[in-house]
Amino acid sequence: MKMPERTVIERRIVFLVLVLAVMLPMLFPLGLKTQSTPLTQKVYDLIESVPAGAPVIISFDYDPSVITEIQPMALALIEHAWQKGHKVIATAMWPQGPQMADMAFNDVKEKLKSQNPDAKLPQYGEDYVNLGYKPGGLVTIQGMGRNMKAIFPSDITGKKYEEISLLEKVRSLKDIRYVISLSAGDPGLRDWIMTAKGKFNVPVAGGTTAVSTPGFLPYVSDQDQLHGLLGGLKSAAEYELLMGYEGSASRGMNPQSVAHILILLLILFGNIRAARKRKMDKLALEANNG
Amino acid sequence: MKRNVPLVVAFISGLVILIGGFIPREPFPSIESTLIDWFMIISGFAILLGQASLLHLNITRVKNKMPNWPYYLSGLISFALMLIVGLLWGMEQTPGLLGQGEGVVKFLGAKPFDYLFTNAFIPLSATMFSLLAFYIASAAYRAFIIRTFESNLLMITAVIVMLGRTSFAQLLTGWIPDKFSFLRLPELTNFIMEYPNTAAQRAILISAALGIVGASLRIILGIERSYLGGGK
Amino acid sequence: MTTFGIWLAAFFTLSIFSFLYKDNPFYKFAEQVFVGLSASYWLVYTIYNILIPNLFNKLGTDFRGNLVLLIPMTLGILMLMRMVPKLQWLSRYPMALMVGTSAAMSMLLSFKSDFMSQMAATMVNPFSFSSPVDIVGSILLIVGTLCGVFFFYFSKKQEGIYKIPSKIGIWFLMVSFGASFGYTVMARISLLIGRLDFLLRDWLHIIK
Repeated sequence: MKMPERTVIERRIVFLVLVLAVMLPMLFPLGLKTQSTPLTQKVYDLIESVPAGAPVIISFDYDPSVITEIQPMALALIEHAWQKGHKVIATAMWPQGPQMADMAFNDVKEKLKSQNPDAKLPQYGEDYVNLGYKPGGLVTIQGMGRNMKAIFPSDITGKKYEEISLLEKVRSLKDIRYVISLSAGDPGLRDWIMTAKGKFNVPVAGGTTAVSTPGFLPYVSDQDQLHGLLGGLKSAAEYELLMGYEGSASRGMNPQSVAHILILLLILFGNIRAARKRKMDKLALEANNG
Repeated sequence: MKRNVPLVVAFISGLVILIGGFIPREPFPSIESTLIDWFMIISGFAILLGQASLLHLNITRVKNKMPNWPYYLSGLISFALMLIVGLLWGMEQTPGLLGQGEGVVKFLGAKPFDYLFTNAFIPLSATMFSLLAFYIASAAYRAFIIRTFESNLLMITAVIVMLGRTSFAQLLTGWIPDKFSFLRLPELTNFIMEYPNTAAQRAILISAALGIVGASLRIILGIERSYLGGGK
Repeated sequence: MTTFGIWLAAFFTLSIFSFLYKDNPFYKFAEQVFVGLSASYWLVYTIYNILIPNLFNKLGTDFRGNLVLLIPMTLGILMLMRMVPKLQWLSRYPMALMVGTSAAMSMLLSFKSDFMSQMAATMVNPFSFSSPVDIVGSILLIVGTLCGVFFFYFSKKQEGIYKIPSKIGIWFLMVSFGASFGYTVMARISLLIGRLDFLLRDWLHIIK
């Protein structure tokens, strides 16, 4: 059997070490705590500031590939909105969004039921509704700004827009108190900022994957284009902290932290190796010339 | 006719939207709403086109027994399976052609479409992207070599941000007195993200916005025609 | 069937992970199943969320009142003609409508939100802040934005004195890329955490 090249062996060792770095803190938690940051607090404050009964939109603009980062945000935000008595309207710019929304609603309801079996659970059609997926990004949002019913003639159950009690007073985006877009790319948060906030002045907040977060920070300014931003697993953990519970995001911070240290060590070892190679190459060159 | 009429269509639709943006009086809002409704319906057909193309490609590969054809066949089978169960029984609360499929739900615990989504689609999608974690680890060891001042700047920032966004940050620099609290990792990370990062990203946004304006005008005026494709 | 579902999920997860060792039939199979499922998922949702409620239901319930919807339906069918080589040119009409509409909308909206609002957000008085950190940060914000925009200005050759703001712009961009790299690492690791959590908690029940 032919031995694999040195680089292939090195790569496999790196992969194995990464798996151990992530797995071991999951099996043996380090008990590290997370702290909230101003960006997360802003989103929290936005939801806190809106009175009960207000219709709000949570847009599920992501697919299962980013479920670890964004689904905990969805769960925390839905729970917070329901706690404040907001009427949650779920929309989706990505086709997998409606399923992610249904999963999130069901998970939060299960949690509320397990905490208090006698409590009245949020009712579909009265406390929340899932309007489903529409393509088109900013074009569709612009349509929502004029007439929601024209874009969403029915919800995902097939019930007509005008028959849903929650949507009685919602004619357009202008009747919505805030929009939170949970976004993994395009179409997503940027379209909501440009259209819902830019054109119709509806407050917008966002939850994105960590990859996209640096690109959205310019919108968090005194122009209030974005009322706070949840960026990645850490922000999801911060929101869980603000909500007073430890969910999957908080649990994920332990292995996340260890893995970051590992990546930094790998960069360090890689640079040491490269520096040594450069030195040896230089010596070899001098020996050849000399 | 084959190229000029589409250019005129693009020009008129673009012009109406542009004028409607500045003159919010009838008939522009009505025309805009109509265009938006049409846009969504045509998008639906565009998605159909994408799926049809994919099907055609895979069927050709299987028919001609090209290399790895059994795998493309499995792709076609999974496509057909999910399509059939989706059309017959729908998904979540959406009824299908045969209603909500109570019997099937009782057997599987969920509608077949949702069952496949939860137990096949989600694991496949999530795992496919989680491979990137391994590639970034491998790249960290082999490719992220500091050579110049600029790459030094990049790495130092990356180190601060990567440490600052972990639960270790407070442990490592929590001892720094309040007077110099801006040197603590979480505060330093927030500073970097809020100021220098925002400045650079803002410059990119502004430049890109100017680019979008230029490109959009070229499309509307018919100077940019690449969307028409090749041919006469 | 729940147990079978979890084992199915674990099978697909491990099949994809097996690619890390080397390409193999399990990975190839899982990859093509993913492609097939993604495509059909999107198709089913397109039918149930777009075509039925926004087109066919409206035509079915009030055909005369929604006669105008025959136009986008016809344009949509013309779009499908892209599959037929001799009739491909017919797809240009719906394409032109969509491209013209979206180009105009994105031009207006992005100019307002990505240009005007961003310029306004940069026009801050750094000395209006009480904390020295915020004052320094605001100055960096203004300098960084201006130098960054200057770096992307390609109409004049950047030499001599024009090189200085361009160089400063590059430094700010490097800081931003470093921050983006840090966040990207965070994002990628999170995805792996999710899968390992599934394998250890839901499949093997090692974590409770």
